[in-house]
Amino acid sequence: MTDKLADWTRGAEAIVYQSCGACGAVQYFHRRFCTTCGAPDPMEKRASGTATVYATSLVCRAATPETRAHVPYNIVLVDAAEGFRMMAHGDNDLAIGDKVTVSYRPFAGRLVPYFEKT
Amino acid sequence: MSFITGVGLTSYGKHEGSSSLDLMSKAAELAIADAGLKRSEIDGILCGYSTVSPHIMLATVFAEHFGIQPSYAHAVQVGGATGLAMTMLAHHLVDAGVAKHVLVVGGENRLTGQSRDASIQALAQVGHPDYEVTLGPTIPAYYGLVASRYMHEYGVTQEDLAEFAVLMRAHALTHPGAQFHEPITVADVMASKPVAMPLKLLDCCPVSDGGAAFVVSRERTGATGIRVRGCAQAHTHQHVTAAPALSELGAEIAIARAKAASGVAISDVRCAAVYDSFTITLAMLLEDLGLAGRGEAAARVRAGHFGREGAMPLNTHGGLLSYGHCGVGGAMAHLVETHLQMTERAGPRQVRDASVALLHGDGGVLSSHVSMFLERVR
Repeated sequence: MTDKLADWTRGAEAIVYQSCGACGAVQYFHRRFCTTCGAPDPMEKRASGTATVYATSLVCRAATPETRAHVPYNIVLVDAAEGFRMMAHGDNDLAIGDKVTVSYRPFAGRLVPYFEKT
Repeated sequence: MSFITGVGLTSYGKHEGSSSLDLMSKAAELAIADAGLKRSEIDGILCGYSTVSPHIMLATVFAEHFGIQPSYAHAVQVGGATGLAMTMLAHHLVDAGVAKHVLVVGGENRLTGQSRDASIQALAQVGHPDYEVTLGPTIPAYYGLVASRYMHEYGVTQEDLAEFAVLMRAHALTHPGAQFHEPITVADVMASKPVAMPLKLLDCCPVSDGGAAFVVSRERTGATGIRVRGCAQAHTHQHVTAAPALSELGAEIAIARAKAASGVAISDVRCAAVYDSFTITLAMLLEDLGLAGRGEAAARVRAGHFGREGAMPLNTHGGLLSYGHCGVGGAMAHLVETHLQMTERAGPRQVRDASVALLHGDGGVLSSHVSMFLERVR
Protein backbone atom coordinates (compact mmCIF):
# COMPACT_ATOMS: atom_id res chain seq x y z
CA MET A 1 0.00 0.00 0.00
CA THR A 2 1.38 3.40 -0.96
CA ASP A 3 1.54 6.12 1.70
CA LYS A 4 -1.77 7.85 2.30
CA LEU A 5 -1.74 11.50 1.32
CA ALA A 6 -3.86 13.73 3.52
CA ASP A 7 -6.79 15.35 1.71
CA TRP A 8 -9.69 17.68 2.55
CA THR A 9 -11.66 14.86 4.20
CA ARG A 10 -8.80 14.79 6.76
CA GLY A 11 -8.41 18.54 7.12
CA ALA A 12 -5.68 19.17 4.50
CA GLU A 13 -6.01 21.64 1.62
CA ALA A 14 -5.82 18.96 -1.05
CA ILE A 15 -7.89 16.70 -3.29
CA VAL A 16 -6.36 13.24 -3.52
CA TYR A 17 -7.46 10.58 -5.99
CA GLN A 18 -6.23 7.09 -6.76
CA SER A 19 -4.67 5.84 -9.98
CA CYS A 20 -4.25 2.16 -10.79
CA GLY A 21 -0.70 1.10 -11.70
CA ALA A 22 -2.02 -1.94 -13.54
CA CYS A 23 -4.83 -0.60 -15.74
CA GLY A 24 -4.50 3.17 -15.41
CA ALA A 25 -8.08 3.73 -14.18
CA VAL A 26 -8.66 6.62 -11.76
CA GLN A 27 -11.07 6.67 -8.83
CA TYR A 28 -12.07 9.29 -6.27
CA PHE A 29 -13.56 7.27 -3.40
CA HIS A 30 -10.49 5.69 -1.83
CA ARG A 31 -10.17 1.92 -1.56
CA ARG A 32 -7.38 -0.60 -1.19
CA PHE A 33 -7.99 -1.90 -4.72
CA CYS A 34 -8.88 -0.69 -8.21
CA THR A 35 -12.62 -1.01 -8.90
CA THR A 36 -11.98 -1.39 -12.63
CA CYS A 37 -9.50 -4.30 -12.64
CA GLY A 38 -9.24 -5.36 -8.99
CA ALA A 39 -5.48 -4.80 -8.72
CA PRO A 40 -4.34 -3.95 -5.17
CA ASP A 41 -2.79 -0.73 -3.87
CA PRO A 42 -3.70 2.01 -6.35
CA MET A 43 -1.32 5.00 -6.24
CA GLU A 44 -2.45 8.11 -4.41
CA LYS A 45 -2.07 11.36 -6.33
CA ARG A 46 -2.80 15.01 -5.59
CA ALA A 47 -5.20 16.53 -8.07
CA SER A 48 -4.46 19.86 -9.79
CA GLY A 49 -7.73 21.35 -8.53
CA THR A 50 -8.94 22.36 -11.98
CA ALA A 51 -12.25 21.00 -13.16
CA THR A 52 -15.42 21.50 -15.21
CA VAL A 53 -18.85 21.90 -13.59
CA TYR A 54 -21.08 18.85 -14.26
CA ALA A 55 -24.10 19.72 -12.10
CA THR A 56 -25.19 22.20 -9.43
CA SER A 57 -27.82 22.48 -6.72
CA LEU A 58 -28.19 25.53 -4.51
CA VAL A 59 -29.20 24.28 -1.06
CA CYS A 60 -31.70 26.68 0.51
CA ARG A 61 -33.10 24.34 3.17
CA ALA A 62 -30.53 22.61 5.38
CA ALA A 63 -31.23 20.01 8.05
CA THR A 64 -28.79 20.82 10.87
CA PRO A 65 -28.05 24.03 12.82
CA GLU A 66 -24.38 23.91 11.67
CA THR A 67 -25.23 23.71 7.97
CA ARG A 68 -28.20 26.10 8.24
CA ALA A 69 -25.80 28.89 9.15
CA HIS A 70 -24.34 28.66 5.62
CA VAL A 71 -27.61 28.68 3.62
CA PRO A 72 -27.76 29.16 0.70
CA TYR A 73 -24.73 27.12 -0.39
CA ASN A 74 -24.08 25.61 -3.76
CA ILE A 75 -23.41 21.86 -3.94
CA VAL A 76 -21.64 21.02 -7.19
CA LEU A 77 -20.43 17.94 -9.01
CA VAL A 78 -17.29 18.70 -10.99
CA ASP A 79 -15.27 16.65 -13.45
CA ALA A 80 -11.63 17.01 -12.44
CA ALA A 81 -8.96 17.50 -15.11
CA GLU A 82 -7.54 14.11 -14.02
CA GLY A 83 -10.73 12.28 -15.07
CA PHE A 84 -12.69 11.67 -11.87
CA ARG A 85 -15.93 13.28 -10.64
CA MET A 86 -16.29 14.78 -7.18
CA MET A 87 -18.79 16.66 -5.03
CA ALA A 88 -17.80 20.04 -3.59
CA HIS A 89 -19.04 23.54 -2.91
CA GLY A 90 -18.88 26.38 -5.39
CA ASP A 91 -19.92 29.93 -6.16
CA ASN A 92 -23.70 30.34 -6.23
CA ASP A 93 -23.72 31.48 -9.86
CA LEU A 94 -21.72 28.61 -11.36
CA ALA A 95 -23.20 27.10 -14.52
CA ILE A 96 -22.77 23.67 -16.04
CA GLY A 97 -19.70 23.63 -18.27
CA ASP A 98 -17.85 26.39 -16.39
CA LYS A 99 -14.10 25.84 -16.00
CA VAL A 100 -13.32 26.10 -12.30
CA THR A 101 -10.43 26.06 -9.84
CA VAL A 102 -10.47 24.91 -6.23
CA SER A 103 -9.81 26.76 -2.99
CA TYR A 104 -10.79 25.70 0.53
CA ARG A 105 -13.33 27.27 2.84
CA PRO A 106 -14.66 26.49 6.30
CA PHE A 107 -18.08 24.83 6.37
CA ALA A 108 -19.88 23.44 9.42
CA GLY A 109 -16.67 23.10 11.43
CA ARG A 110 -14.41 21.70 8.70
CA LEU A 111 -12.59 22.65 5.53
CA VAL A 112 -14.31 21.84 2.23
CA PRO A 113 -13.24 22.21 -1.42
CA TYR A 114 -14.79 25.32 -2.99
CA PHE A 115 -14.74 25.93 -6.74
CA GLU A 116 -14.72 29.32 -8.48
CA LYS A 117 -14.54 30.21 -12.16
CA THR A 118 -10.98 29.95 -13.48
CA MET B 1 -46.53 -17.91 -11.42
CA SER B 2 -47.65 -15.47 -8.73
CA PHE B 3 -50.61 -13.23 -8.06
CA ILE B 4 -51.16 -10.10 -5.98
CA THR B 5 -54.20 -11.42 -4.10
CA GLY B 6 -54.90 -8.62 -1.64
CA VAL B 7 -53.92 -5.04 -0.91
CA GLY B 8 -54.18 -2.72 2.08
CA LEU B 9 -53.46 0.97 2.46
CA THR B 10 -53.94 3.52 5.23
CA SER B 11 -54.46 7.19 4.60
CA TYR B 12 -51.16 9.13 4.45
CA GLY B 13 -50.47 12.24 6.47
CA LYS B 14 -50.58 12.48 10.25
CA HIS B 15 -51.35 9.42 12.36
CA GLU B 16 -50.62 10.94 15.75
CA GLY B 17 -49.86 8.27 18.35
CA SER B 18 -49.41 5.42 15.85
CA SER B 19 -46.09 3.55 15.85
CA SER B 20 -44.48 2.03 12.76
CA LEU B 21 -45.73 -1.39 13.92
CA ASP B 22 -49.27 0.00 14.33
CA LEU B 23 -49.28 1.32 10.77
CA MET B 24 -47.79 -1.90 9.38
CA SER B 25 -50.39 -3.95 11.30
CA LYS B 26 -53.29 -1.86 10.05
CA ALA B 27 -52.21 -2.20 6.41
CA ALA B 28 -51.46 -5.92 6.83
CA GLU B 29 -54.90 -6.61 8.28
CA LEU B 30 -56.53 -4.84 5.34
CA ALA B 31 -54.43 -6.75 2.80
CA ILE B 32 -55.09 -10.17 4.32
CA ALA B 33 -58.82 -9.50 4.52
CA ASP B 34 -58.78 -8.22 0.94
CA ALA B 35 -57.17 -11.49 -0.18
CA GLY B 36 -59.91 -13.42 1.63
CA LEU B 37 -57.32 -15.16 3.79
CA LYS B 38 -56.85 -15.77 7.52
CA ARG B 39 -53.70 -14.64 9.32
CA SER B 40 -52.78 -18.28 9.90
CA GLU B 41 -52.58 -18.83 6.14
CA ILE B 42 -49.72 -16.33 5.77
CA ASP B 43 -46.51 -18.39 5.70
CA GLY B 44 -44.05 -15.74 4.53
CA ILE B 45 -43.36 -12.16 5.62
CA LEU B 46 -41.24 -9.53 3.90
CA CYS B 47 -41.01 -6.07 5.39
CA GLY B 48 -38.99 -2.94 4.81
CA TYR B 49 -37.38 -0.71 7.42
CA SER B 50 -38.37 2.17 9.65
CA THR B 51 -36.05 5.15 10.10
CA VAL B 52 -38.03 6.10 13.22
CA SER B 53 -37.70 2.66 14.84
CA PRO B 54 -34.65 0.95 13.34
CA HIS B 55 -34.27 -2.74 14.22
CA ILE B 56 -31.93 -5.45 12.99
CA MET B 57 -34.83 -7.97 12.75
CA LEU B 58 -37.90 -5.98 11.81
CA ALA B 59 -39.67 -8.87 10.04
CA THR B 60 -39.68 -11.08 13.13
CA VAL B 61 -40.50 -8.13 15.38
CA PHE B 62 -43.50 -7.53 13.16
CA ALA B 63 -44.44 -11.23 12.90
CA GLU B 64 -44.47 -11.58 16.69
CA HIS B 65 -46.39 -8.31 17.11
CA PHE B 66 -48.93 -9.33 14.47
CA GLY B 67 -49.27 -12.89 15.75
CA ILE B 68 -47.85 -14.92 12.88
CA GLN B 69 -45.18 -17.65 12.93
CA PRO B 70 -44.08 -17.70 9.29
CA SER B 71 -41.81 -20.26 7.64
CA TYR B 72 -39.96 -17.46 5.83
CA ALA B 73 -39.31 -13.89 7.04
CA HIS B 74 -36.80 -11.08 6.74
CA ALA B 75 -36.47 -7.39 5.99
CA VAL B 76 -35.39 -5.87 2.69
CA GLN B 77 -33.66 -2.50 2.24
CA VAL B 78 -33.33 -0.81 -1.12
CA GLY B 79 -34.57 2.66 -0.22
CA GLY B 80 -37.52 3.76 -2.32
CA ALA B 81 -37.28 0.62 -4.46
CA THR B 82 -37.90 -1.60 -1.41
CA GLY B 83 -41.63 -2.15 -2.02
CA LEU B 84 -41.19 -3.45 -5.56
CA ALA B 85 -38.02 -5.34 -4.64
CA MET B 86 -40.01 -7.17 -1.94
CA THR B 87 -42.77 -7.87 -4.45
CA MET B 88 -40.23 -9.28 -6.88
CA LEU B 89 -38.78 -11.50 -4.15
CA ALA B 90 -42.24 -12.63 -3.03
CA HIS B 91 -43.04 -13.47 -6.66
CA HIS B 92 -39.97 -15.70 -6.91
CA LEU B 93 -40.57 -17.23 -3.45
CA VAL B 94 -44.10 -18.37 -4.21
CA ASP B 95 -43.11 -19.37 -7.73
CA ALA B 96 -40.33 -21.56 -6.28
CA GLY B 97 -42.71 -23.12 -3.75
CA VAL B 98 -40.94 -21.66 -0.70
CA ALA B 99 -44.17 -20.09 0.56
CA LYS B 100 -47.85 -20.01 -0.44
CA HIS B 101 -48.91 -16.58 0.75
CA VAL B 102 -46.25 -13.93 1.35
CA LEU B 103 -47.29 -10.80 3.23
CA VAL B 104 -45.34 -7.76 1.99
CA VAL B 105 -45.62 -4.88 4.43
CA GLY B 106 -44.22 -1.40 5.01
CA GLY B 107 -45.24 1.39 7.34
CA GLU B 108 -43.74 4.20 9.32
CA ASN B 109 -44.76 7.14 11.52
CA ARG B 110 -42.11 9.20 9.75
CA LEU B 111 -44.00 12.49 10.10
CA THR B 112 -45.09 12.48 13.73
CA GLY B 113 -42.46 10.05 15.08
CA GLN B 114 -39.53 12.41 14.52
CA SER B 115 -38.80 16.00 13.50
CA ARG B 116 -38.65 16.96 9.82
CA ASP B 117 -34.99 17.83 10.32
CA ALA B 118 -34.35 14.34 11.70
CA SER B 119 -36.06 12.80 8.65
CA ILE B 120 -34.11 14.96 6.21
CA GLN B 121 -30.86 14.18 8.01
CA ALA B 122 -31.52 10.44 8.24
CA LEU B 123 -32.20 10.29 4.51
CA ALA B 124 -29.14 12.39 3.58
CA GLN B 125 -27.06 9.52 4.97
CA VAL B 126 -27.55 7.63 1.70
CA GLY B 127 -24.69 9.90 0.64
CA HIS B 128 -21.03 8.96 1.00
CA PRO B 129 -20.03 9.56 4.64
CA ASP B 130 -16.60 11.09 3.84
CA TYR B 131 -16.89 12.53 0.35
CA GLU B 132 -20.52 13.76 0.28
CA VAL B 133 -22.33 13.98 3.63
CA THR B 134 -19.59 16.26 5.04
CA LEU B 135 -20.58 18.86 2.42
CA GLY B 136 -24.09 19.26 3.85
CA PRO B 137 -26.19 17.94 0.97
CA THR B 138 -29.79 16.82 1.46
CA ILE B 139 -31.82 14.29 -0.53
CA PRO B 140 -33.39 17.17 -2.50
CA ALA B 141 -29.84 18.39 -3.26
CA TYR B 142 -28.78 14.99 -4.64
CA TYR B 143 -31.82 15.07 -6.92
CA GLY B 144 -31.33 18.78 -7.55
CA LEU B 145 -27.90 17.94 -8.99
CA VAL B 146 -29.41 15.32 -11.27
CA ALA B 147 -32.19 17.74 -12.23
CA SER B 148 -29.75 20.49 -13.19
CA ARG B 149 -27.89 18.12 -15.48
CA TYR B 150 -31.02 16.59 -16.98
CA MET B 151 -32.48 20.03 -17.69
CA HIS B 152 -29.17 21.08 -19.26
CA GLU B 153 -28.91 18.04 -21.53
CA TYR B 154 -32.54 17.76 -22.62
CA GLY B 155 -33.83 21.34 -22.46
CA VAL B 156 -36.32 20.64 -19.66
CA THR B 157 -37.46 23.73 -17.71
CA GLN B 158 -38.62 24.30 -14.12
CA GLU B 159 -42.10 24.97 -15.51
CA ASP B 160 -41.97 21.55 -17.19
CA LEU B 161 -41.15 19.89 -13.87
CA ALA B 162 -43.95 21.81 -12.15
CA GLU B 163 -46.47 20.06 -14.43
CA PHE B 164 -45.81 16.76 -12.65
CA ALA B 165 -46.54 18.25 -9.23
CA VAL B 166 -49.78 19.73 -10.57
CA LEU B 167 -50.81 16.40 -12.13
CA MET B 168 -50.10 14.41 -8.96
CA ARG B 169 -52.07 16.93 -6.91
CA ALA B 170 -55.01 16.76 -9.33
CA HIS B 171 -55.04 12.99 -8.88
CA ALA B 172 -54.76 13.21 -5.10
CA LEU B 173 -57.86 15.44 -4.98
CA THR B 174 -59.93 12.40 -5.97
CA HIS B 175 -58.50 10.13 -3.24
CA PRO B 176 -59.79 10.63 0.32
CA GLY B 177 -56.65 9.02 1.79
CA ALA B 178 -54.21 11.49 0.21
CA GLN B 179 -52.18 13.87 2.37
CA PHE B 180 -53.03 16.95 0.27
CA HIS B 181 -56.44 18.11 -0.88
CA GLU B 182 -55.82 21.65 -2.09
CA PRO B 183 -55.42 22.09 -5.87
CA ILE B 184 -52.18 23.70 -7.06
CA THR B 185 -51.07 25.39 -10.28
CA VAL B 186 -47.75 25.64 -12.11
CA ALA B 187 -47.49 29.18 -10.73
CA ASP B 188 -47.90 27.83 -7.18
CA VAL B 189 -45.07 25.35 -7.74
CA MET B 190 -42.85 28.06 -9.22
CA ALA B 191 -43.58 30.38 -6.27
CA SER B 192 -43.03 27.74 -3.59
CA LYS B 193 -40.00 28.05 -1.33
CA PRO B 194 -36.66 27.04 -2.81
CA VAL B 195 -35.37 23.81 -1.22
CA ALA B 196 -32.43 22.66 -3.37
CA MET B 197 -32.55 24.45 -6.70
CA PRO B 198 -33.89 23.78 -9.23
CA LEU B 199 -36.24 21.93 -6.85
CA LYS B 200 -38.73 23.93 -4.82
CA LEU B 201 -41.02 22.78 -2.03
CA LEU B 202 -43.82 21.63 -4.32
CA ASP B 203 -41.32 19.68 -6.47
CA CYS B 204 -40.63 17.54 -3.40
CA CYS B 205 -42.72 14.78 -1.85
CA PRO B 206 -43.79 15.34 1.74
CA VAL B 207 -42.85 13.35 4.83
CA SER B 208 -45.84 11.24 5.93
CA ASP B 209 -47.14 8.66 8.36
CA GLY B 210 -48.76 5.66 6.72
CA GLY B 211 -48.72 1.97 5.96
CA ALA B 212 -49.22 -0.27 2.94
CA ALA B 213 -49.30 -4.03 2.46
CA PHE B 214 -50.13 -6.72 -0.03
CA VAL B 215 -50.30 -10.48 -0.24
CA VAL B 216 -48.45 -12.32 -3.00
CA SER B 217 -49.79 -15.84 -3.53
CA ARG B 218 -49.09 -18.86 -5.70
CA GLU B 219 -52.74 -19.10 -6.77
CA ARG B 220 -55.36 -16.41 -7.14
CA THR B 221 -57.90 -16.22 -4.30
CA GLY B 222 -60.62 -14.29 -6.17
CA ALA B 223 -62.32 -14.40 -9.57
CA THR B 224 -59.96 -11.80 -11.03
CA GLY B 225 -56.26 -12.61 -10.89
CA ILE B 226 -53.60 -9.91 -10.90
CA ARG B 227 -50.57 -11.78 -12.10
CA VAL B 228 -46.93 -10.70 -11.87
CA ARG B 229 -46.02 -11.09 -15.51
CA GLY B 230 -42.32 -10.30 -15.10
CA CYS B 231 -39.90 -8.07 -13.24
CA ALA B 232 -36.23 -7.12 -13.12
CA GLN B 233 -33.76 -4.92 -11.28
CA ALA B 234 -30.66 -2.84 -12.01
CA HIS B 235 -28.18 -1.31 -9.57
CA THR B 236 -25.56 0.93 -11.12
CA HIS B 237 -24.18 2.87 -8.12
CA GLN B 238 -25.06 4.09 -4.64
CA HIS B 239 -23.75 7.67 -4.51
CA VAL B 240 -24.63 10.41 -6.99
CA THR B 241 -20.91 11.18 -7.35
CA ALA B 242 -20.47 7.66 -8.76
CA ALA B 243 -23.59 7.69 -10.96
CA PRO B 244 -23.12 6.85 -14.64
CA ALA B 245 -24.08 9.22 -17.47
CA LEU B 246 -27.79 10.07 -17.75
CA SER B 247 -28.06 7.79 -20.76
CA GLU B 248 -26.76 4.81 -18.77
CA LEU B 249 -28.95 4.94 -15.66
CA GLY B 250 -30.54 1.84 -14.17
CA ALA B 251 -34.16 2.46 -15.15
CA GLU B 252 -33.39 1.78 -18.80
CA ILE B 253 -31.51 -1.38 -17.87
CA ALA B 254 -34.23 -2.64 -15.50
CA ILE B 255 -37.06 -2.04 -17.98
CA ALA B 256 -35.13 -3.78 -20.77
CA ARG B 257 -34.62 -6.80 -18.51
CA ALA B 258 -38.28 -6.76 -17.38
CA LYS B 259 -39.46 -6.66 -20.98
CA ALA B 260 -37.23 -9.63 -21.78
CA ALA B 261 -38.43 -11.52 -18.69
CA SER B 262 -42.11 -10.93 -19.42
CA GLY B 263 -42.46 -10.62 -23.17
CA VAL B 264 -44.45 -7.42 -22.56
CA ALA B 265 -43.81 -4.33 -24.70
CA ILE B 266 -44.44 -0.72 -23.64
CA SER B 267 -47.17 -0.62 -26.30
CA ASP B 268 -49.04 -3.34 -24.32
CA VAL B 269 -49.14 -1.21 -21.15
CA ARG B 270 -52.46 0.44 -20.31
CA CYS B 271 -51.62 2.26 -17.04
CA ALA B 272 -48.49 3.09 -15.08
CA ALA B 273 -47.29 3.67 -11.53
CA VAL B 274 -43.87 5.29 -11.41
CA TYR B 275 -41.74 6.46 -8.48
CA ASP B 276 -42.09 10.20 -7.99
CA SER B 277 -40.07 11.33 -4.97
CA PHE B 278 -39.44 14.59 -6.82
CA THR B 279 -40.86 16.01 -10.03
CA ILE B 280 -37.50 15.39 -11.73
CA THR B 281 -37.60 11.73 -10.66
CA LEU B 282 -40.92 11.22 -12.40
CA ALA B 283 -39.92 13.16 -15.52
CA MET B 284 -36.68 11.22 -15.92
CA LEU B 285 -38.14 7.80 -15.16
CA LEU B 286 -41.03 8.24 -17.61
CA GLU B 287 -38.51 9.03 -20.32
CA ASP B 288 -36.07 6.30 -19.28
CA LEU B 289 -38.89 3.74 -19.29
CA GLY B 290 -40.04 4.74 -22.75
CA LEU B 291 -43.40 6.18 -21.64
CA ALA B 292 -42.34 9.48 -23.25
CA GLY B 293 -39.57 10.59 -25.58
CA ARG B 294 -36.51 12.41 -24.21
CA GLY B 295 -37.50 15.82 -22.89
CA GLU B 296 -41.12 15.20 -23.92
CA ALA B 297 -42.76 13.93 -20.73
CA ALA B 298 -43.97 17.38 -19.62
CA ALA B 299 -45.61 18.01 -22.99
CA ARG B 300 -47.44 14.72 -22.57
CA VAL B 301 -48.65 15.83 -19.13
CA ARG B 302 -49.96 19.09 -20.64
CA ALA B 303 -51.74 17.09 -23.35
CA GLY B 304 -53.54 14.99 -20.73
CA HIS B 305 -51.71 11.79 -21.69
CA PHE B 306 -51.05 10.76 -18.07
CA GLY B 307 -54.42 11.83 -16.65
CA ARG B 308 -57.18 9.46 -15.56
CA GLU B 309 -58.87 9.86 -18.95
CA GLY B 310 -55.62 9.86 -20.88
CA ALA B 311 -53.91 7.15 -22.88
CA MET B 312 -51.55 6.25 -20.02
CA PRO B 313 -53.11 6.99 -16.61
CA LEU B 314 -50.27 7.51 -14.13
CA ASN B 315 -50.22 7.36 -10.31
CA THR B 316 -53.96 7.91 -10.12
CA HIS B 317 -53.84 8.08 -6.29
CA GLY B 318 -51.56 11.13 -6.37
CA GLY B 319 -48.16 9.45 -6.03
CA LEU B 320 -45.53 10.25 -3.46
CA LEU B 321 -45.80 13.91 -4.39
CA SER B 322 -49.41 14.26 -3.21
CA TYR B 323 -50.71 10.99 -1.71
CA GLY B 324 -47.61 11.09 0.49
CA HIS B 325 -44.35 9.35 1.31
CA CYS B 326 -43.96 7.35 4.51
CA GLY B 327 -40.74 5.58 3.50
CA VAL B 328 -41.06 1.97 2.39
CA GLY B 329 -44.85 2.19 2.32
CA GLY B 330 -44.67 5.28 0.10
CA ALA B 331 -44.18 3.60 -3.24
CA MET B 332 -46.16 0.53 -2.11
CA ALA B 333 -49.22 2.76 -2.41
CA HIS B 334 -48.50 2.82 -6.15
CA LEU B 335 -48.99 -0.95 -6.30
CA VAL B 336 -52.09 -0.82 -4.09
CA GLU B 337 -53.63 1.76 -6.41
CA THR B 338 -52.65 -0.26 -9.48
CA HIS B 339 -54.33 -3.33 -7.97
CA LEU B 340 -57.52 -1.36 -7.31
CA GLN B 341 -57.47 -0.12 -10.90
CA MET B 342 -56.85 -3.58 -12.33
CA THR B 343 -59.64 -5.12 -10.25
CA GLU B 344 -61.94 -2.21 -11.18
CA ARG B 345 -62.39 -1.06 -7.58
CA ALA B 346 -60.94 2.43 -7.92
CA GLY B 347 -64.35 4.13 -7.72
CA PRO B 348 -64.29 7.70 -9.05
CA ARG B 349 -60.63 7.24 -10.01
CA GLN B 350 -61.30 4.18 -12.17
CA VAL B 351 -59.55 4.25 -15.53
CA ARG B 352 -61.04 2.72 -18.69
CA ASP B 353 -58.52 -0.06 -19.19
CA ALA B 354 -56.08 -1.29 -16.56
CA SER B 355 -55.52 -4.75 -18.01
CA VAL B 356 -51.72 -4.42 -18.17
CA ALA B 357 -49.73 -2.16 -15.83
CA LEU B 358 -46.11 -1.07 -15.57
CA LEU B 359 -44.66 -0.25 -12.16
CA HIS B 360 -41.24 1.20 -11.47
CA GLY B 361 -39.40 1.95 -8.25
CA ASP B 362 -36.19 3.85 -7.59
CA GLY B 363 -34.01 3.81 -4.49
CA GLY B 364 -31.11 6.03 -3.40
CA VAL B 365 -30.25 8.62 -6.03
CA LEU B 366 -31.50 6.72 -9.09
CA SER B 367 -29.23 3.98 -7.70
CA SER B 368 -31.51 0.94 -7.44
CA HIS B 369 -34.31 0.20 -9.88
CA VAL B 370 -37.11 -2.35 -10.08
CA SER B 371 -39.44 -2.59 -13.09
CA MET B 372 -42.52 -4.82 -12.99
CA PHE B 373 -45.37 -5.73 -15.32
CA LEU B 374 -48.72 -6.86 -13.92
CA GLU B 375 -51.55 -8.32 -15.98
CA ARG B 376 -55.16 -9.11 -15.26
CA VAL B 377 -56.36 -12.66 -15.89
CA ARG B 378 -59.97 -13.77 -15.52
